[in-house]
Amino acid sequence: MSSAPAAHAPTTETQQHPHGPGSPVPVQTRNERFASAAHDDFPPVTGRELEWKLTPVEKIRDLIDGELDGSAFPAAVSSAPGVTAEWVGLDDPRVGSAGLAEERAAANAWSSAQQALAVTLTSEEAVAVTIDRTGADRAPRAAHTVITAAPNARGTVVIDNRGSARLSENVEIVAGAGSELTVVSVQEWDAESVHLSSQFARVDKDARLTHVVVSLGGAIVRVNPSVHLAGAGADGQLLGLYFADAGQHLEQRVYVHHIAPHTISRVTYKGALNGAGARTVWVGDVLIGRDATGTDSYEQNRNLVLSDGTRADSIPNLEIETGDIAGAGHASATGRFDDEQLFYLRSRGIDEQEARRLVVLGFLLEVVQKIGAPELEQRLIAAIETELDAVAVV
Amino acid sequence: MSTLEIRDLHVSIETDQGTKEILRGVNLTINSGETHAIMGPNGSGKSTLAYTIAGHPRYTVDSGSITLDGADVLEMSIDERARAGLFLAMQYPVEIPGVTVSNFLRTAKTALDGEAPALRSWIKDLRGSMEALRMDSSFAERNVNEGFSGGEKKRHEIVQLELLKPSIAVLDETDSGLDVDALKIVSEGVNRVKENTGLGVLLITHYTRILRYITPDFVHVFVDGRVAEEGGPELAERLENEGYDRYLTGSTVG
Repeated sequence: MSSAPAAHAPTTETQQHPHGPGSPVPVQTRNERFASAAHDDFPPVTGRELEWKLTPVEKIRDLIDGELDGSAFPAAVSSAPGVTAEWVGLDDPRVGSAGLAEERAAANAWSSAQQALAVTLTSEEAVAVTIDRTGADRAPRAAHTVITAAPNARGTVVIDNRGSARLSENVEIVAGAGSELTVVSVQEWDAESVHLSSQFARVDKDARLTHVVVSLGGAIVRVNPSVHLAGAGADGQLLGLYFADAGQHLEQRVYVHHIAPHTISRVTYKGALNGAGARTVWVGDVLIGRDATGTDSYEQNRNLVLSDGTRADSIPNLEIETGDIAGAGHASATGRFDDEQLFYLRSRGIDEQEARRLVVLGFLLEVVQKIGAPELEQRLIAAIETELDAVAVV
Repeated sequence: MSTLEIRDLHVSIETDQGTKEILRGVNLTINSGETHAIMGPNGSGKSTLAYTIAGHPRYTVDSGSITLDGADVLEMSIDERARAGLFLAMQYPVEIPGVTVSNFLRTAKTALDGEAPALRSWIKDLRGSMEALRMDSSFAERNVNEGFSGGEKKRHEIVQLELLKPSIAVLDETDSGLDVDALKIVSEGVNRVKENTGLGVLLITHYTRILRYITPDFVHVFVDGRVAEEGGPELAERLENEGYDRYLTGSTVG
């Protein structure tokens, strides 16, 4: 582990009241978590920590503590008007502008990456950009990406992950004032891949960020979006969709921090589990800070269990530090098929298998329908249908 | 020409208090083109009869038979019953997130016919039926029953009735929750389907109101899980004036 580069101060409260790991004061709220770019600033991971206890840490020791290849992780960025994509050093001012690592694996990646891929959108006409990553060898690697939407820029960036990887990375997202940015992280890795991704976003005044996590492929995939609604009127739409098959571990820890007044957040994550050992984790933390008056937030997670032998953890947390909010709520449900839905479809002549297929597809499509990128939607529908074919065989 | 025959049907459900018998020997015969009204107080077993015909797993048939043109309906799965020609318009149609009305209807039609409907005539039929039931065409791209008002759900049931063309339909309290305008639209829909396809109808209702728009050939009064009295349309008029009180003497049903 190299020593960390100079940590650029994120514009969250995180670094204003840091509790060091040895602090006698227990961590009370999510935003008081320690953050650093240096691996060794974090205590060794035992697997009993709140942020690790649902993760198979023994299988990812190399990514948490080992030496990571920090050379540029292969990525091809499509060109679009007003979009620049370049490899920059970690001393680039954009690096660290959206957040800082909050755990040891992310810090390991941060301090190991030698270059960051910086993608910047400036066009006020909506543009579509794809960051195509078709993977690398199985050596543990680090990556760092910064996606920036300039003030009033509009666009969609899809990080399209396929092939094989053993990767710990940080993705920073900055939605400048008045911008409308959609970032979709698609994980369709091969069956052996391991991917840890901390994604930090800062949403400025009157900007709207739609952040989408789609995890379908990979042995262990842990994508943790942290969205900071930093400017008044900022809007964060966080969507997620995952389908865990036998032996797959798909985890997402979502954090929304309402910092500024009149900010809005909606978190909707839906998952399906099928096959022995299929495992999903969803943790949704929403923190409404004391200055975030008039905010409106709602988070929900729903899991559909398709077979025996699966486990879905679903943990919503809502913390409110101001008395003046427009709305705040959360919901979590994990269950099997709704028998009444199946009965309704079958009473119209649709056989049981097709009815189940429709219900599962519909359950997950509810998220896909909200992404607002037609081509990607078509591809995701096809990918989900492929997953469902496997269910039909079982 | 189809005939649905129900003979000495006994049905129970499992409750927290144990097994509860709901239907206690029901006999009914419904032929194509006929409209039978089943009327009765709440808790008399009307909806149980509807769901038992459709094959809902909550209901256990203890004895008796249901046949459609001689074929044993009780041996059929839920979807086999629909493919045999039975239809249940539900009192509380469920929402199905992420499945559009248009996808749902086409999937159902394909399942019933064994082949996908010809696209052009299908779209024409769908539009025509939705228009007749005063449903905006945008409903086709909405998710099934999601965010529909009570009246919209009922009209959607009748759109299905019209497009799926069953031989015998059970309408379970289709009139409940409808205002007078919606009741007329829905009733006209049912009458149109009857005229066009010779549908046999088992119309389950608590109130006589819908019978002003859909004229029954037979009226059966359901009390305490069996038919207590049968007659023609005039029986409905009597119930309108007298209510169910005279059947309930000594009964615990409220």
